[in-house]
Amino acid sequence: MLALMSIPPATKQTRGPAIQVQGLQKSYKQLHVLRGVDFEVARGSIFALLGSNGAGKTTIVKILSTLLKADTGAAQVNGFDVAAQAADVRESISLTGQFTAVDEILTGRENLVLVAKLRHLKDPQAIADDLLRRFSLTEAGNRRAATYSGGMRRRLDIAMSLIGNPPVIFLDEPTAGLDPQARIEVWQAVKNLAQSGTTVLLTTQYLDEAEQLADQIAILHQGRIIVTGTLAELKALLPPAEVEYVEKQPTLEDVFFAVVGHNQK
Amino acid sequence: MATHFFTDTTVLTGRTMRHITRSLDTILTTAITPIIMMLMFVYVFGGAIDTGSVPYVNYMLPGILLITIASGIAYTAFRLFMDMQGGIFERFHSMPIARSSVLWAHVLTSLAANLISLVLVFGVALLMGFRSGASFLAWLAVAGILFLVTLALTWIAVIPGLTAKSVDGASAFSYPLLFLPFLSSAFVPTQTMPGPVRAFAENQPVTSIVNTIRALFLQQPVGADIWTALAWCLGILAVAYIFASIAYRRRIS
Repeated sequence: MLALMSIPPATKQTRGPAIQVQGLQKSYKQLHVLRGVDFEVARGSIFALLGSNGAGKTTIVKILSTLLKADTGAAQVNGFDVAAQAADVRESISLTGQFTAVDEILTGRENLVLVAKLRHLKDPQAIADDLLRRFSLTEAGNRRAATYSGGMRRRLDIAMSLIGNPPVIFLDEPTAGLDPQARIEVWQAVKNLAQSGTTVLLTTQYLDEAEQLADQIAILHQGRIIVTGTLAELKALLPPAEVEYVEKQPTLEDVFFAVVGHNQK
Repeated sequence: MATHFFTDTTVLTGRTMRHITRSLDTILTTAITPIIMMLMFVYVFGGAIDTGSVPYVNYMLPGILLITIASGIAYTAFRLFMDMQGGIFERFHSMPIARSSVLWAHVLTSLAANLISLVLVFGVALLMGFRSGASFLAWLAVAGILFLVTLALTWIAVIPGLTAKSVDGASAFSYPLLFLPFLSSAFVPTQTMPGPVRAFAENQPVTSIVNTIRALFLQQPVGADIWTALAWCLGILAVAYIFASIAYRRRIS
């Protein structure tokens, strides 16, 4: 009996939703960016925060990753309060911000080794090798990140976020400014992440990105979440579809990939 | 988190040191301006400046060393600014590391980078005929003062590094620092200056620092100058540190 009761407290909490947000508000001087945001993200799911520029997506991500403090409201990540248990939250997350956070003077490998060392992991070189392979960067591994294309840089950025296998990953506009090819590469990386059980919260202004990736979609508008649900649930909000017969025209994307010859969906 | 402070600072300092070793041009730029000034002053203006029995290169080296530091810390602000601009500062801050080590890594790197450029400038001065019979202790004192000056100016550099809105803004603060030695005893004896200029020159920090280092090199008594110099260095260090901490806290909240 006693033995049962003296189970050591889990450092990595695994019960309950991965992210819980209640009544979050934040203003920058006069600008009321968040006006009471509530949502929950289930463990192991991909959750997309969809909103136009300035809707407050980045502000939410910054609060959840302990970079900003909310004015009112509460948020828990991996069961830890972002204000009171910031250090535990940081143990549980990785942030891939809006601007690619790679060190351009270092090589891809050195970037990965740097993060592995900062996470106090054993054998940083082996971790770097493994991630370079998983993100098809092995050949570029010993080149400076400054020489990488946008897609490669973003892949390296995401690879850096996976080090230490944090249970929750934030991706703030992961495909902004990428060409179609690079976007698909990033999407594939995100899908692989979710398959391995990581909870992903991503923000995007691209509707097709949310449609492609997310289990749950929340639409953030003027500082509030106005709807949340699966893609099917959101579609059900509209009147039932009428059947129309339309000649299927190829999209420009279809043409692009047909011409370039890289249609790898 | 404090348990990781030293390992995290070491790892992050290793990172910023690579920025220096991979762009040696920044070190060379830092060293070249003072070296050219030294050549100009010694071989062009120096002949017209009366410094008594002291060879001019011996006379002006302390001032040149201060100019070297002032141009070196512009890069400290620049490197910090670039980290703030990109996402890497936020990435580090969202990681389970000792947060303050991000800033300390920049400070330590600044000290190391300035040491390298000071050695370069010193080497050129030796080639130009600088000699000193100073004792080991006097050399140690010179090194100590230069260390304090670098540390104080580095913390000044942290402020624009954290708060600047543009790259130019991040390094522009160093220009006044570069000119301060000209309004001091660094290149000409203050006795030759008109009243108000002389009053300013004799009461600003550079003069006491330069006089102290010069006296140490010349094996002369340092007098009260060394205490004035130390007081200036420690005072500037304390004030800069406080303002840098405020700027840092504003930046992360």
